[in-house]
Amino acid sequence: MSEPLLSVRDLQVGFRTQGGFVDAVRGVSFDVHPGETLAIVGESGSGKSTTAMAIINLLASNGRITGGEVLFEGRDLAKVSRREMEDVRGRLIGLVPQDPMQSLNPVWRIGFQVEEAIRANGIATGKRDVRKRAVAVLREAGLSDADRRLGQFPHEFSGGMRQRVLIGIALSGDPKLVIADEPTSALDVTVQRRILDHLDTLTSQHGTAMILITHDLGLAAERAEKMIVMNRGRIVEAGPALEILRDPRHPYTKRLVAAAPSIASTRLESSAGSGAADSGASADGGIDLAIAARAARASREAAGPPAIEFRDVTKVFKLRKPSGIGSVDFTAVDQVSFQVPRGSTLALVGESGSGKSTAAKLLLQLEDKTSGTILVDGKDTDELSGRETFELRSRMQPVFQDPYGSLDPLRNIGNTIVEPLEVHRVGDRASRRARVLEVLDQVALPASVVTRYPNELSGGQRQRVAIARALALKPDVVVLDEAVSALDVLVQAQVLTLLADLQAELGLTYLFITHDLAVVRVIADRVVVMEKGRVVEQATVDEVFANPQQQYTRELLDAIPGRDLLV
Amino acid sequence: MTAYILRRLLQALPVFIGSTFLIYAMVFAIPGDPILRMFGDRTPTDATLAALQAKYHLDQPFLVRYLLYMGDVFRGDLGTTFQGQSVNEILMRTFPNTLRLAILAVAIDLVVGVTVGLVAGLRKGKIFDNVTLLIGLVLISMPVFVLAFVAQWFFGIQLGIFRATVGPGAPWGDLILPAIVLAALNFAFTMRLTRASVIETNAQDFVRMAYGKGLRSERVVPVHILRNSLIPVTTNIAANFGILIVGATVTEGIFNVPGVGNELFKAINRHDSPEVVSIVTVLVIIYVLVNLGIDLLYGVLDPRIRYVKK
Amino acid sequence: MSRSDAPAAPAPAAERFVADFTGDELGAVDEVRVSEKRSNLWLDAWRDLRGRWMFWASAAMILFIVFVALFPTAFTQVPPNDGCILSVQNQTQADELGVPIGTKISDHGPLPGHPLGFTKQGCDVFSRIVHGTSTSLSVGIIVSIMVAVIGIVIGAFAGFFGGWLDSVLMRFGDIVFAIPYVLAAVVVMSMFLHDRNIWVISLAIGAFSWPSTARILRSEVLRVKNSDFVMASTALGLSRVRTMLAHVLPNSIAPVIVVTTIGLAGAITAEATLSFLGVGLPNNIFMSWGNDISAAQTSLRTNPAALIYPSIALSLTVLAFIVMGEAVRDALDPRARASR
Repeated sequence: MSEPLLSVRDLQVGFRTQGGFVDAVRGVSFDVHPGETLAIVGESGSGKSTTAMAIINLLASNGRITGGEVLFEGRDLAKVSRREMEDVRGRLIGLVPQDPMQSLNPVWRIGFQVEEAIRANGIATGKRDVRKRAVAVLREAGLSDADRRLGQFPHEFSGGMRQRVLIGIALSGDPKLVIADEPTSALDVTVQRRILDHLDTLTSQHGTAMILITHDLGLAAERAEKMIVMNRGRIVEAGPALEILRDPRHPYTKRLVAAAPSIASTRLESSAGSGAADSGASADGGIDLAIAARAARASREAAGPPAIEFRDVTKVFKLRKPSGIGSVDFTAVDQVSFQVPRGSTLALVGESGSGKSTAAKLLLQLEDKTSGTILVDGKDTDELSGRETFELRSRMQPVFQDPYGSLDPLRNIGNTIVEPLEVHRVGDRASRRARVLEVLDQVALPASVVTRYPNELSGGQRQRVAIARALALKPDVVVLDEAVSALDVLVQAQVLTLLADLQAELGLTYLFITHDLAVVRVIADRVVVMEKGRVVEQATVDEVFANPQQQYTRELLDAIPGRDLLV
Repeated sequence: MTAYILRRLLQALPVFIGSTFLIYAMVFAIPGDPILRMFGDRTPTDATLAALQAKYHLDQPFLVRYLLYMGDVFRGDLGTTFQGQSVNEILMRTFPNTLRLAILAVAIDLVVGVTVGLVAGLRKGKIFDNVTLLIGLVLISMPVFVLAFVAQWFFGIQLGIFRATVGPGAPWGDLILPAIVLAALNFAFTMRLTRASVIETNAQDFVRMAYGKGLRSERVVPVHILRNSLIPVTTNIAANFGILIVGATVTEGIFNVPGVGNELFKAINRHDSPEVVSIVTVLVIIYVLVNLGIDLLYGVLDPRIRYVKK
Repeated sequence: MSRSDAPAAPAPAAERFVADFTGDELGAVDEVRVSEKRSNLWLDAWRDLRGRWMFWASAAMILFIVFVALFPTAFTQVPPNDGCILSVQNQTQADELGVPIGTKISDHGPLPGHPLGFTKQGCDVFSRIVHGTSTSLSVGIIVSIMVAVIGIVIGAFAGFFGGWLDSVLMRFGDIVFAIPYVLAAVVVMSMFLHDRNIWVISLAIGAFSWPSTARILRSEVLRVKNSDFVMASTALGLSRVRTMLAHVLPNSIAPVIVVTTIGLAGAITAEATLSFLGVGLPNNIFMSWGNDISAAQTSLRTNPAALIYPSIALSLTVLAFIVMGEAVRDALDPRARASR
């Protein structure tokens, strides 16, 4: 085997914070050989991005390398001067950033930003040559009419286009190594795959090595030959990517593989209903979505009218015109119809702007629909009196996406959970208090959290509190608006299992809104796929996964990374 | 861009009408005879009384009076003082001096404030940063007349570097000391805003990317950090302009600069209310126009403002 | 966890490396562990404030200023206004001051019992400074309360109810904001020549300085209004007014506290400026630092003390409130803390 291009030895990185010096990377070592792709996988806070940024010394201003070596072609980058490092960046090591929306300077034209990179890396000199190279870079990025595009500003580009430009910039200096830091996590799912393909194609054409930072095991296994799994600043497992995915050996990796929805197979059942041996709880106490899903599947759909029904529901927003005078119509939800049988889960799936969240708000009566009919338990919500609408609200509860925004930061957990009971005047003080403890127990939180404030809890714990609050009034329907999207994989798996358990126990109906089809497979019974406000496909989960009817659905499915790898 | 300019102009119109109306209403909506009120302790001669009543169209209903008055203002007829001088003439004579003073002050403020703020922001938490923050705090705490007297006493009287008061014709050299005082008034705001803005920009992904694509810091600092940090600093000039107007009134009075502020200062001291009202109206009109100008400049500086997403 | 137990470097290339299982890799996920430290916005802010010397220094300074304002006679027995003499006329005065009859007291330097000397009118500078404290402080406090109340009401209504109400209120705010508030106060005070008092001057300053408070509160309300926890309460059926009072306002109020503290300093400056310009409080009834500074300017060359000491008192008072505002801002806004 050839000499490694990059050899990181016992790297240690720390950050100066208010609470003192914190070690973020604690003794990490790995090699990258010319032309190969290495994936660094981990949850947030694992130190994966910090490791990558330490290589090219782009740590945040309070961070620094405290030990170890970063040998690039034999030279220790941890010890070079600022000037030398500036020469390394762009020319020898390129960077593809995490968030394309934030990574181009909004006040300069695209052409300016491409050209300055070309000039800085000495690829071309002279106005015309630089311009020619810039056009070439944009062409390579797959943008038609590159000449015109160069004169535009970043905000005139979509996220995917910006990332293509940034990839073009990263590769314009023909570097030997590219560091791609979660290059697609900020993009819509169907765009993600195309961008990764693009990046793959270019790096293999140029023979560039790549370090790919990602939180997604499936994506790592699909794109990289080698993989490193990091946890709390350390490497827990390293080796050939596919091998690790198929045969994880470290307990942490095993849990991670088991919890990844993209590689789990079918619907998650309540662990309580399927017996201990076959339940989601695996030997080491973790949750295995795949095992849990294999359990027997009973029909939970009760008879009677559907819990929720949408009939040709339309929502039109009036948007102010750019000039500020007059308005234009924007149809967010367009003639949407679907039914959710009592006790089942319907997933509304779509990318940003598909209208799925607006549909949820219409159901929750947070927005008024423009036309159509929404029926709850067979009753038209338009025909309800004020009193009945108020009662309806008690039977339908939301859980929102952001675990940090879903709880009032100035109220303690007890007061947060008791609020629904107070608003609807359920019981007396003592019985309300008892109910709070009961729902906390249902979401597996200790009673001691009642006097705590949201700040003191982790993201997963907050989401449990949000679920507990939603359950307080014993609702029939819970609307989960991207409720697990912001959570790390392991916590996500826990919350998904909790939701499945609660559904089995309490007979809940879920409207589950998500952009992630992978999660849909483990939680939902039926799927409604939305695109630009319209329903493009609806069927059972199995039908959609086995035999998608629409091109758009197929794209969404293809966007799930690594879904064929475990078969 | 045309749509943006148009929108801004349309938004400025009600502000313009409203603010002039408000000043007018403050004078004429207060119970009692506004004209007699203007005279305070003095008893007017019948001629002045008649002239003022004609000037403010007191025989007309309130709204009509306002419209006629604004019509006069736009035709350039700002009325006369108690002494019978034409306010237009006074403004014509004094305005150029104030303009020179203001330009000098804003220039000093921007050059020093932005430079210090940039360095402080790039060296956050270092000695330079802390010292300049402290100086800024002290400057903010000193009311303009205190600042002016300290400067006059120290530089003018003790050190004798500058003349303590401005000489006839207000030569540029004499304007430097009052301009420094005026600049010092806003310096702390400019400096701290630049600093905060530089720190914020420095943490942006596009700055990291600029380094990541191989640019030298000599290029990243001016082209990516400073350029973007200037956007909020520029818009802040508009907000600071109000402080500048009040500051100019006091500073010109103390240094005896023959400017609009000094004229206002003297008019206040003479209790010459018609002149005070006229000058304040003109200053507010200028203030609204400056705000409009800065708004348009904002559109030039930040391309995101110009194009609204379709 | 020392670094020595870090795993050895993995073997090169594609060989498998599996770290030893220490057990703490999964701890964070499995345990329902609640952090030891109690924490919410106000608690965190207080904890942060407690550790700042700037906070303690300004708090001590403000307490001292309030004490002086409430009990001026604890600091000086000399009346600020009565008994001012231009020169020593008789033996009683001569004995009191320890100078011969006929001595000019106007603009005189320090004498026993008169540590800072005399003004042009022959009044005691120290006594006038001490007695001027309550004027500055009262105006500052009245204006701040007024501005906070108007700003909160207008900002909250505009932000929470939106629509045409928002447009009308905010356009009105723009109009008021377009008149520099000191200039507006000049006009108002020119109209009130005879009945000037603390309330009139406070009204003149406050009536035109509320728009920035209203704008800040409005933008905070807009931010909080769209947060998930407010939507969850609305979905629950909580009425709009109760949502506003229970969730939105408490979460929006922090920046208003900061601008109000700094605004108090601004109001004190404004009062002094108006007095300096000659449209402030009447000189013979109210002690006002601005008046004294203005009166002393003619003798800047001969008796700078009469100008410098009230200036120092004024600047220190303003400084105390500004530093307090800054400290509270840093404590309440984690973003500002990060930029420090």
